[in-house]
Amino acid sequence: MASELIVIFVGAALINNVVLMQFLGICPLLGVSRTLSMAKGMGAAVIFVMAISSMVTWGLQHYVLEPMSIEYMQTVAFILVIATLVQFVEMVMLRYSPALYRALGVYLPLITTNCAIMGVALLNIRDNYGFIETVSHAVGSGLGFILAIILFAGIRERLERADVPAPMRGTPIALVVAALLSMAFMGFAGFGVADMFGL
Amino acid sequence: MQRLWSDFHKGILKENAILRLLLGLCPALAVTTAAVNGLGMGLASTAVLVSSNVLVSLLRRHIPDKIRIPCYIVIIASFVTMVDLLMEAFVPELHEALGIFVPLIVVNCLILGRAEAFASRNPLANAISDGLGMGLGFTLGLVALASVREILGAGTLFGLSVMGSAFRPALLMILPPGAFLTLGLMVGLVNWWSGRGATGHHGL
Repeated sequence: MASELIVIFVGAALINNVVLMQFLGICPLLGVSRTLSMAKGMGAAVIFVMAISSMVTWGLQHYVLEPMSIEYMQTVAFILVIATLVQFVEMVMLRYSPALYRALGVYLPLITTNCAIMGVALLNIRDNYGFIETVSHAVGSGLGFILAIILFAGIRERLERADVPAPMRGTPIALVVAALLSMAFMGFAGFGVADMFGL
Repeated sequence: MQRLWSDFHKGILKENAILRLLLGLCPALAVTTAAVNGLGMGLASTAVLVSSNVLVSLLRRHIPDKIRIPCYIVIIASFVTMVDLLMEAFVPELHEALGIFVPLIVVNCLILGRAEAFASRNPLANAISDGLGMGLGFTLGLVALASVREILGAGTLFGLSVMGSAFRPALLMILPPGAFLTLGLMVGLVNWWSGRGATGHHGL
């Protein structure tokens, strides 16, 4: 059991990295990675909301949708729960931890349309995870997101001073950087350079 | 009439969702391993986009301003559920290949973006032509991206062999890095071609 949880955790964080391998959460990766501090704030907000929303949507699926045989309402129910939850987290944070709110507050509204949150919630159900596995998967995915966005922001800060051809400035070069990062992460899945280039 | 035409064609090139506005990039990167998947995703998103534009436009005088975003999300999620069930029934293979990205159409920022920026303040006919144009542009972007990746990464296009037997495909192109690389170069190419330099701006 414990080893299975570790496999899920490491798998979600590195091998199937939520951003670089599964393409969930590309918008914040490109939008909120100009500086390292923004990336940290966004990363922390994402892991927090991802863990809570995964637990809640897991409960919703197994204790509400399935007993009532209305699994087809999954998409509508999940997106509403996530949107409500983000609002709720924002209010609770403002009330009990203004310091945390100041650090993460601006990123919270952006999270509702972050497909990583919804994507991880759907993957938990699709892969038939139990509750503990769901938590492990969500926290692992959140850490994978933090890792990717912080690495990315670190590279982009240096890229600001690089001499990039005009049409490639901004998003295009950022996508090429993401390609290189993603190639590095392919190593975790056991792909070598020869496999990738068909040599 | 002229207005309808300009609402339609602006989405195809000038404001192409993927290549100019950089919206809906998650599905654009994830499902474009084969041209047929790109086409399927594009058409599914277009169906949701046009339907949600129609309903948002019809209800635009009745939805209270303060809760408009949750209303749009419910409308979009309902159409996504319909498309999801229809695809499962009629094109099960494509549905399987697109995986969780079918329900994830609900968080495609392009669709919510058009509901908020266009359909909620324009009459029905314009909302339909905007939805069709934006959806077609999105589909074209997906198919272009997927075609490049499929040709270089598998030597085929829509499943048909196009590169001859001597071609050794670069697997990289249909793996995740190929998606980022192809999109980055395509956006760069479009920037260079339109002579505007960096887009810089990226809507969240």
